[in-house]
Amino acid sequence: MQNSVSQIKYRRQSGLEANRRKWREVVKHKYFYMMVLPTVLFFLIFAYVPMYGVILAFKDFNYMLGIMDSPWNNFQNFRDVLGDPNFKHAFNNTLLISFGRLIIEFPIPILLAILLNEMRFGRLKRIFQTVFTFPHFISWVVLSGIITNILNDQGVLNQILVLFGFEKNSILLHNGSFLGLIFTSNIWKEAGWSSIIYLAAIAGINPELYEAADIDGANRYQQMKAITWPVLRNTAAIMLILAVGGIMNGGFDQIFNLYNPAVYERADILDTFVYRSAFVDATGFGYSTTVGLLKSVIGCLLLFGANFVVKRVFKEEGLY
Amino acid sequence: MKRFSISNALITLILGLGAIATAFPFYQTLVQSLSTILDMRAGGVMIWPRSIDFSSYQYIFHQGRVVNGLLISVIVTVSGTLVSLAVTTAGAYALSKSSMPGRNIIFIGIILTMFFSGGLIPLYLTIQGLHLQNSLLVMILPVAVNAFNLILMKNFFGSVNPSLEESAKIDGANDLIILIRIIVPVSLPIMATMSLFYAVDRWNEWFLPMLFINDTSLHPMQLVLRDAITNLSQVMNNSMGAQMAAKTQNVYSESVKSAMIIVSAVPILMIYPFLQKYFNAGIMIGSVKE
Repeated sequence: MQNSVSQIKYRRQSGLEANRRKWREVVKHKYFYMMVLPTVLFFLIFAYVPMYGVILAFKDFNYMLGIMDSPWNNFQNFRDVLGDPNFKHAFNNTLLISFGRLIIEFPIPILLAILLNEMRFGRLKRIFQTVFTFPHFISWVVLSGIITNILNDQGVLNQILVLFGFEKNSILLHNGSFLGLIFTSNIWKEAGWSSIIYLAAIAGINPELYEAADIDGANRYQQMKAITWPVLRNTAAIMLILAVGGIMNGGFDQIFNLYNPAVYERADILDTFVYRSAFVDATGFGYSTTVGLLKSVIGCLLLFGANFVVKRVFKEEGLY
Repeated sequence: MKRFSISNALITLILGLGAIATAFPFYQTLVQSLSTILDMRAGGVMIWPRSIDFSSYQYIFHQGRVVNGLLISVIVTVSGTLVSLAVTTAGAYALSKSSMPGRNIIFIGIILTMFFSGGLIPLYLTIQGLHLQNSLLVMILPVAVNAFNLILMKNFFGSVNPSLEESAKIDGANDLIILIRIIVPVSLPIMATMSLFYAVDRWNEWFLPMLFINDTSLHPMQLVLRDAITNLSQVMNNSMGAQMAAKTQNVYSESVKSAMIIVSAVPILMIYPFLQKYFNAGIMIGSVKE
């Protein structure tokens, strides 16, 4: 009896002691809390408050009433969205464009990194890398200006076609060629930039491995296959997970600046659809929020799914 | 080191062609911006400019909208980069201290925002609720911290030798002083990289001002350019319109548009080579997994 009372007392004291110790840690870090405060406020205001705003997807939004007081509408927004042929269109286009990007665009930076790594002329290599990386820093507004400049009726491409006796071609106005343009122009903008992460992975390889392989008589292709590729595989796996997680984002900036009503049929993605439905066609904010929510949820599921597949099926290191 | 071989030559050739293809559209735009309307109408391909004519540049610099747009872009880029850099540096440094109670919760909360967001409309209503419309702050505050940049920077600070901080602590400096006096000066590669990323993002911003700024005198260069491009491409997509465009005054000519494109890209071209040497190093150190 006596024993257990003292034990309880001791426990209570050690609990207090732990609290006190924790509090001391907090006080010790007071300057760090001051430093992190603006960052925390930023994410609360511009990321978490809007997350709360997704309840609009379940409401009939009325501007005068605001988010809080607008009435619930019993999933009517979801029924509207899922029954809308324009939504289905945008949904299918987003998947088509994103899978196209995975197949066509994804391998290019890996290839580029391998080629740059194999290149022997140091100064030229740096110049090439500078050129390849540069378009990443230019906005789609500027790039689409350049693209329309080159592809329009009076542009260089048509001048070349005419010079060689071909018909003029309006790439920007045809569904099929527009998709090709989407992929090509994104490779132009991002391939060099995306290759940096692979180059960083290659730079981490111990050069002695290559020397040893050289002595063993392995040629360049064999060295690439046995030493460079296994290192790139893991980086590629992580980039692939992120790319799959981003499948529901078809690339708003690019498509919004390049597309035109003539190619809406194939080029309209969920993001451009949300924008137009909210700000051009004014279908209602509840409706647009619902499309955004569906997009976000499916994107998250894809991310987790891809991470699972990469870890369990391909036995690579995943994202988490 | 290997000597000349066919594979070396082939690799260099492939990359060289790629580099030319990457640079050519920019070069072509530069040539167009230096051409007169007569050169453009003569048709054919201009590998070399037929004449060097600065009248398009003169025209846009005498035009209120472009000069004003550039001014707004400079103001937003400078102040926005300073704000972002200050907030991200302080936040990343604090988050690099795993001993700080609550640090993991904050960090997970930030990572979650990279994968799940409320979407465009809730963000629109939030910004509207803060009355940021028609204010330059709308191009600075809603994009003040980039989670990806924050993580890069946090990883970099995590790799800084702790003995630097300890010796300053013994001298009685508090953590804020240590950050400013000790950590920032040894972190120049990552500071330069972050400045470049943020400055480029602010300079390229067009969507937020398009949504929230009606007052055209507050439009940044990118938006001025976008308006010009949309107006022009509607006309230029058929040859009838091109002839009309040449006659009317209210539509920009191709070379004026090209000059505007060059003017919006040049500031990036100017800072990029200085910072490039840093960002390769910055990303490599920052991307090392924790």
